[in-house]
Amino acid sequence: MAHEKRRPAAPLVAKVLLIITIVFLYVPIAVMLLSAVLVRTEGELNFTFKYFLEVFQDESLMDALKNSFIVGLGSSLLATILGTLAALGLHRQKNAMTFLVHGLSLLSLIFPEIVFALSLLSWFFVLKMELGLFTVVLAHISFTLAFAMMTVLARLASLDLSFEEAAKDLGASDWQIYRKIILPLLKPAILGGFILSFLLSFDDFLITYFVNGVGQDTLPVKLYSSMKMGITPKLNALSSLMFLMTLSGLIFFFRSSAFRVFFEQGRGKHAEERKEISQ
Amino acid sequence: MRLAPRLLVAPFLWFAFFVLIPLIIVMIVSLAQRGPYGIIQWTFGLQNYFNAFNLRYSGILVESLKLASVTSLICLALGVLIAWAMATADARLRSFYVMALALPFLTNLIIRIYAIRLFVGVDGPLQMTLSHLGINFDPYAFTQNKVLVLYGMVTTYLPFMVFPLYGAFEKFDFNLVEAAQDLGANSLQVFFKVLLPNLKTAMGTGLILVFVPALGEYVIPDLLGGAKNMLLGNLITEQFLKSRDWPMGSALSVILMAILLMFSALVVLLRKRTKHGA
Repeated sequence: MAHEKRRPAAPLVAKVLLIITIVFLYVPIAVMLLSAVLVRTEGELNFTFKYFLEVFQDESLMDALKNSFIVGLGSSLLATILGTLAALGLHRQKNAMTFLVHGLSLLSLIFPEIVFALSLLSWFFVLKMELGLFTVVLAHISFTLAFAMMTVLARLASLDLSFEEAAKDLGASDWQIYRKIILPLLKPAILGGFILSFLLSFDDFLITYFVNGVGQDTLPVKLYSSMKMGITPKLNALSSLMFLMTLSGLIFFFRSSAFRVFFEQGRGKHAEERKEISQ
Repeated sequence: MRLAPRLLVAPFLWFAFFVLIPLIIVMIVSLAQRGPYGIIQWTFGLQNYFNAFNLRYSGILVESLKLASVTSLICLALGVLIAWAMATADARLRSFYVMALALPFLTNLIIRIYAIRLFVGVDGPLQMTLSHLGINFDPYAFTQNKVLVLYGMVTTYLPFMVFPLYGAFEKFDFNLVEAAQDLGANSLQVFFKVLLPNLKTAMGTGLILVFVPALGEYVIPDLLGGAKNMLLGNLITEQFLKSRDWPMGSALSVILMAILLMFSALVVLLRKRTKHGA
């Protein structure tokens, strides 16, 4: 392996700041994890898992979890399909339509979240649509679509053009080229787009808060309203569970090919270095 | 390929129907008036925009601009140094740092804020430590204040600054640093004369990525700031969900977008100019 170029160390201030920042980021989270299992009863600290059980026995929380999954899976499925279509349509084309779609996707990305939320609320009001999980799904597709599209587009840009050309020379139709060549090559990126949309949808609070119906909270919205009431051991347990879910998701993501799709483009060299190091 | 344009029809319609039209609706509503019982009265005028600049609202606007700017500047200063330390660590540590910063960022915002509230709250470890040390404080002033809002903002938006800067450091040729050091430059000179000019694009990107969401932030001031610390995002939300004055809320959000557009244009312009100058 070629030795990595030397990088002169940053000054001590920078290193110290990095460590302090990480400490500041994690101390509250560590306190939250500890408070979920160490509960004070009559002045004594006791170790217990019973609040985790209570979370699973709480029907309103489980309903919220179910809603989060319905919204997350439904919206990310459609956002991925639409995003893949958009990416294929944008790939190596330039005309009025691609200009429009590109512009609109950028617009949806730079919109402040709060404006996104209230503009959709106003629109649903004008359309006289009843607010509920359905409007939440529509809203989530709208804000995740551009992310799914970008993920697939990034992979498409790195595809070798000669595959398509060879297929065309051999007499394949457009449809065959898409089905037999491009889509299989795009599979990891499409999966990546799907996971990304799901995570964005699952985590979203603000947009959901604006466009959801009464009594149809997703988990973050439920957590927000419970938190307004105060802090309880059960909420500690719930938040800890959600944090651990993110952690395991990240570890899985870091090892999967979906993650590499993001990091390989534009930083190809670095990814290669890493591969060499791990060998 | 001939098939391609047809693939764009569905995504285009979706974007038009759920991004563009809603935006236009907000602009139209911002010109209307609030009728009795929160009904929108379709009489058009610029009244809401004039009202937005009266004393009560403009104070909130200035507060929000101040918070977003301070957040951006802290993130910038911290971000440059942190990214520098990350990029010069050895390879294994580097991916650890990336993960360490990405994890809280991927964790739900509400949960991170919950954790912060738990930490500073009554019976939380911070207050317990302080009272053990015999320091007097008002337990409630402690749980909701501006410092806490700033803390929440910086820890939330820092990754948006760090990751573009880290990317820039990754591409940077560190031989230049060594060359400068061989020629007798100290750390400060290396920083300002060698590193900083190469980070301009990433700094601009980071500033936009932090400032834009920070200015419209709702959740952090709402949960960490208390009722006294009203900001633009909270004001807009209140107009929509509580006072049911949609036209006023729409006007405020159009103003919010105008500010963000001007800010982004300014950053891009400055970046272009320095590029030509260099």
